[in-house]
Amino acid sequence: MDKINQKPRNLKPGNKDYEFWQDTWKRMRRHKMAVIGGTIIIILYLIVIFAGFLAPYNPYKGFKKHFFHPPTKIHFTDEDGLSWPYVYRTESVDWADYEIIRDKKYPIKLFHRGQEYEFLGLFDTNIHLIGVDEPAHLFLLGSDNYGRDLFTRILFGGRVSMFIGFVAIFITTIIGLIVGGIAGYYGGWVDNILMRFAEVIMSIPSFYLLLALAAVLPIDISSTLRFFLIISILSFRGWAGMARVIRGMVLSVRNEDYVLAAEAIGARDPRIIQKHVLPVTTTYVIVRATVSIPGYIIMESGLSFLGLGIQEPNASWGNMLTAAQNVTKITRFPWLLIPGFMIFFAVLSYNLLGDGLRDALDPKVTDSK
Amino acid sequence: MRTYILRRFLQAIPLLLAISLLSFFIMQLSPGSYLDTMRLNPDVSEELIETMKRQYGLDKSVPEQYFHWLWQILHGNLGESFTYQVPVTHVIKTRVVNTMILSFAAMVIAWGLSIPIGIYSATHKYTMGDNIFTSLAFVGLSIPNFFFALLLLFLIVKFNVPLPINGMTSIMYDFMSPIGKFIDILKHLLVPAIVLGTASMATLTRIMRGQMIEAMRSDYIRTARAKGLKNNKVVYKHAFRNAINPMITIFGFQISMLLSGAALTETVTGWPGLGKMMLTAVRSKDLYLAMAGLMIGSVLLIIGNLIADILLAVSDPRIRYS
Repeated sequence: MDKINQKPRNLKPGNKDYEFWQDTWKRMRRHKMAVIGGTIIIILYLIVIFAGFLAPYNPYKGFKKHFFHPPTKIHFTDEDGLSWPYVYRTESVDWADYEIIRDKKYPIKLFHRGQEYEFLGLFDTNIHLIGVDEPAHLFLLGSDNYGRDLFTRILFGGRVSMFIGFVAIFITTIIGLIVGGIAGYYGGWVDNILMRFAEVIMSIPSFYLLLALAAVLPIDISSTLRFFLIISILSFRGWAGMARVIRGMVLSVRNEDYVLAAEAIGARDPRIIQKHVLPVTTTYVIVRATVSIPGYIIMESGLSFLGLGIQEPNASWGNMLTAAQNVTKITRFPWLLIPGFMIFFAVLSYNLLGDGLRDALDPKVTDSK
Repeated sequence: MRTYILRRFLQAIPLLLAISLLSFFIMQLSPGSYLDTMRLNPDVSEELIETMKRQYGLDKSVPEQYFHWLWQILHGNLGESFTYQVPVTHVIKTRVVNTMILSFAAMVIAWGLSIPIGIYSATHKYTMGDNIFTSLAFVGLSIPNFFFALLLLFLIVKFNVPLPINGMTSIMYDFMSPIGKFIDILKHLLVPAIVLGTASMATLTRIMRGQMIEAMRSDYIRTARAKGLKNNKVVYKHAFRNAINPMITIFGFQISMLLSGAALTETVTGWPGLGKMMLTAVRSKDLYLAMAGLMIGSVLLIIGNLIADILLAVSDPRIRYS
């Protein structure tokens, strides 16, 4: 192993850890792409958290006469040159065909009073960052088959996609640590049973297992429950690989002197596992968690895309793409593909961050560069 | 070596049994059955449902059903599909072949491109070409399969590329010459294979590059260079042979990834493979078809891992199984 881990832990309690993380942070900052990725992720989280305020509409509000509406054209100039941005209203002339009516300019209003929403779950308000007066519409990225604003739904759908990966990896990590820790520490038949079970799960092609599990979910459950059940499904599939690696790491420190010493003093097993054994796995767990999140985002969007994940009318980037499944539809209404780019950006940012983090936390790599 | 393979096969038996138990349990958890869906159809009489119930053994207890199913499987009978009303073996055979064709094509694309690109990137570290390939790998890694497939289909229709956008064969397929048939399938194969292939390619390129860089740094490479060997020889005879080993280990994982990725890609591109079948089976609660899908998928995965281990032993004389 590397030298940092071999320093006696109790030389300067607390101080060494601090040095290590400071060092990591320094190495991390050298990775420009990782910093960019991390920044985009933070921005994405802020955007989806404040979705209600940033979005001009309510995600369930459908304008029945304006389905498959192309992105609203925003005008920045008028007869006398530059002007405050404004839009024109449109009217449907044919099936999903709209005509711009230039009788009146509808300026884009800041802190516009529109539909009610709950701000961060704290209080109800109707102030949106931007908006236009009816009968004009502000479809920044077009509208879907029910006439719902795509931009609004992307912001709200991002909540699902961005948080599912986060929560799922958290649960996966906890199960992986517990199972891997127990299996590696006790060994023997406990180890055997737990690891055989992990092997069974890993031997079923992951997406097939997810499909079978997702089909178990009843249709008539609340969206919150569904959200958590999907997380459980993802974690059920995910813990096995992590537990196996952790077991190996635990096994290798199981007979180190400091563990034996703790045992000799009479420390209880859970304490030894928690205080002396599992900390060895910290860097691995952090890196693994970061590099796994994009996988979870992709799996959730895949399930939702197939109609087995998050259900309408709730939005997720995956189920918004279901509308784009039809090729003739996407050639006519290409803006339906935008949620896919959102998945792509989120996953790409996480991959960049994970890559930088892996390099920063693995001194072996940095030494040789 | 032979005993090793034999032992691996024997080990697979309890594993498959456990997989079957787990899958059966999961499928039983699923609310409702195919018969419930049938009951909604007013044209289906209650007697027919009762007959089917008896015929498929659904009136028995769950453990009985499981052992009945297991007993049938040992006799090569995978049960009957509710939706297709034919033995599962009939449905699944062509599906497995189709998925294998797709996976194989994807693998050819992925391995055929990622190894040379990986070597190039490693030997031209931090040059323009390397940076471009590394960025592309990140893009490939980050784009969900099904979205990439949708994008490709969109581009094909948008720019009128003469490629089919759905299924495996054209309508006129039955009237084509054998060569025509072959070309027709190849045309249909192109989009799903590219989609699946690029996904694995991104990972493989990155690993190949990393392994190659590590190998190029080792002492035997310095020795080889000191001896005055030609660069090509150093790269391909010395570094490459050592860098390729971890790639073979990954071969096993790749099969798992391919099977999983194929499920979504098949759905978007309409390729009639195992994954698409699995989705239909799970959706319509076609118990035996879904079970067969899960089992066959697992068997493919286990065999893939075994092949990877054998290949590793063949390519690396340091590894010996006994």
